[in-house]
Amino acid sequence: MSEQLLDIVLRSLWISGTALLLSLLWSLPLALILGLRRFRGRNTIISFFNAMLGVPTVALGLFLYLLFSRRGALGAFSLLYTPTAIMIGQAILITPILISLLTSAIEAVDPRIRDLARTLGASERQASLTILREARKGSILAGVSAFNRAIAELGIALMLGGNIEGLTRVMTTQIALGVNRGEIILSLEATLVLLAIVFTLTLIANRFRGD
Amino acid sequence: MAVHMKLHRVTRRYDGITALSEVDLEVKNGEVLTIIGPNGAGKTTLLRILALLDEPSSGEISYRGQRVDRSSVQEYRKRITMVFQRPVLFNDTVFENIAYGLRLRGLEGEEVAQRVNDALSSVMLDGFGSRPAKKLSGGEQQRVVLARALALEPELLLLDEPTANLDPTNAHIVERIIKNLRGRTTVVVATHNIFQARRLSDRVGCLLNGKIIDIDRPRNIFIKPKNEIIRKFARGEFF
Amino acid sequence: MIVNLIKFIKLMCLRLLGFQVKKSALVAILLIVVVSLSVSLGAFRGQNRLIVSTTTSLYDTGLLDFIAERYFQLYHIKLDFIAAGTGQALEHARRGDADVVLTHSPSLERQFLKERVVGVRKIIAYNFFIIVGPGEDPAGIKGLPPVRALTKIATSGVTWISRGDNSGTHLKEKSLWEKAGIQPAGQEWYIESGTGMGPTLQIANEKGAYTLTDTGTYLKYQKEGLINLAPLIESGEDLLNVYSVMAVNPEENRQVNFSGAVAFIAFLTSEEGQKTIEDFGKEEFGVSLFNPAVQLLRTDSAVAEWIRDYAFIENSECPPEYRLGQEGLYQ
Repeated sequence: MSEQLLDIVLRSLWISGTALLLSLLWSLPLALILGLRRFRGRNTIISFFNAMLGVPTVALGLFLYLLFSRRGALGAFSLLYTPTAIMIGQAILITPILISLLTSAIEAVDPRIRDLARTLGASERQASLTILREARKGSILAGVSAFNRAIAELGIALMLGGNIEGLTRVMTTQIALGVNRGEIILSLEATLVLLAIVFTLTLIANRFRGD
Repeated sequence: MAVHMKLHRVTRRYDGITALSEVDLEVKNGEVLTIIGPNGAGKTTLLRILALLDEPSSGEISYRGQRVDRSSVQEYRKRITMVFQRPVLFNDTVFENIAYGLRLRGLEGEEVAQRVNDALSSVMLDGFGSRPAKKLSGGEQQRVVLARALALEPELLLLDEPTANLDPTNAHIVERIIKNLRGRTTVVVATHNIFQARRLSDRVGCLLNGKIIDIDRPRNIFIKPKNEIIRKFARGEFF
Repeated sequence: MIVNLIKFIKLMCLRLLGFQVKKSALVAILLIVVVSLSVSLGAFRGQNRLIVSTTTSLYDTGLLDFIAERYFQLYHIKLDFIAAGTGQALEHARRGDADVVLTHSPSLERQFLKERVVGVRKIIAYNFFIIVGPGEDPAGIKGLPPVRALTKIATSGVTWISRGDNSGTHLKEKSLWEKAGIQPAGQEWYIESGTGMGPTLQIANEKGAYTLTDTGTYLKYQKEGLINLAPLIESGEDLLNVYSVMAVNPEENRQVNFSGAVAFIAFLTSEEGQKTIEDFGKEEFGVSLFNPAVQLLRTDSAVAEWIRDYAFIENSECPPEYRLGQEGLYQ
């Protein structure tokens, strides 16, 4: 693997991996609340996230671009054309899929598990964590699906990252723009690696599907 | 005998129905108390109240003479264990299922392994530790959840229809375990099997439509019922 | 393994802090730390950098990465290039998302100077677009003046591939059609690729068609055997392509790196910078893909005149009111 390709692949993994962890920070608690509690408006919220599943990456990318631009509301942070901008953008992008799948996984847990945990001495918090552990297979599937969505998207990486060599060039932007530069071999290699990653992760995740 | 747990005028309402109505109950220390009644009488609800899983709509609960309130319920719950009507198991090995409660109580390593293996022995499931819990037969699963409860050495053990889904062999094993607990652990068993009640109990409580209509030694329920209603009850006529 | 690691950290926390830390709290904190580190590491360059906005055709030639390498060797400053369409490249300047702009479209540059979005314009290089086509030259345009060649292509009905994407190349092509008085849009022989120069050349290659291209992309694709087209018309005033650099005006956007921009412009117009531009492509193709313009503009040669006619604004490469105080660059 050439140094260039390695640089691009590692960066893609780093950026999308961080995006996943970042999104987990808010998606996991939200999914726990949605999955475990029943309250008015719950179905509306879940429907909302389901609807957001299909948001085009370029639409989100454009919106965030205007936000991160030096003229934009968050311009003072100088985030445009940095890996961080992509991380934030992808984290937002994968939030609906993460919340949807995590909530489903938690809902699928036998409702009696909560009482079981409590009668065995668990506090409310411990019981929630136990339910989460029971949902671990579905959670892994959720995580992998979200990661795949992030690492394979183009719109956000392009609009917020700018495909800058050595800084924000990731596999998808290399594939999309490398051909124009005549970097056909490199773009092809990036395509193969990207496919390999997505394939492998999906195969692993499918081992966790269903019980 | 000392009073282990006491319910005073406990009522439990949910989803618009009154499952328990002004129940007064004293559970005596070390006894095996059986609650009998037809389906829908409120047996499970009563057990859940005793397990401190559900809060009564009105009334008081005291444990060993101390009032139980919201701030102390978590602590008392650790001394009570309930086994549900159908086995509920974590998606894990038998060992992990039993170890769960022990770890919650701060035990680890060797001590946990010791207690788990002892518990498995007592239900005659030696060597089952590494098996995936959900792959066991119904009877084996019921013994596992029993072992899980016993491993915690609770002061009060609540069993909801523990042999309802078991074949005679397994049912026999379970009843033997219950009998062996007498004196050391206070046991409350909910059942609609009046023969089982006669076999196991120190006292029998009759639950009908959310009310305890009588509670006495088996003799005074089954052999010398004090009134017509109890006699009909003992013959299973309300079931 | 992770479980052991967490146990170990728990133990360390106990020793250091004197009390037990809940495992879940530990995992949560670990997660937050890892994420924050990653995120802030990614933002690190955000503060201290020079963002150069340019066109895809210019960036795709590879010249800019070549210059950036030399620049880094000399000054240890990293240049970040954002490549977009010409219009977009200048829009980046307007939004203040770039510090420097490198384009080759004098009309648009004039407009942006006038709007005071940019300033300190210097012409740094020039080259020629070329018209390429199949070796047999079915329309017989070899050696003709560009406008006449286009007229011939239109009448002969041989296919012409256009970029069709409002890039610098496309704008130049449109100006030629205008000069020839021809409206090619919608005609059978006129195909718009809507894509980059490389793929456009490949389409022309497939269809045995003519197209307008820059020298760099053509030579690269020809050399790699991706196409086999012949250069039929290689120079002429009409095919002139002039490259300018401009700094984004800090008056409108206080966050731009103006001093960095001026330093970069100074480099590009210096002897060292001009030589770097001239060197590009020599090793690989044997010719300079871009010709230095600074020295040339001091002379009276024909090409210098062409440049002045085509790319000067109010008789200067940068009218005084747009020099933003950098008179030193215009002596």
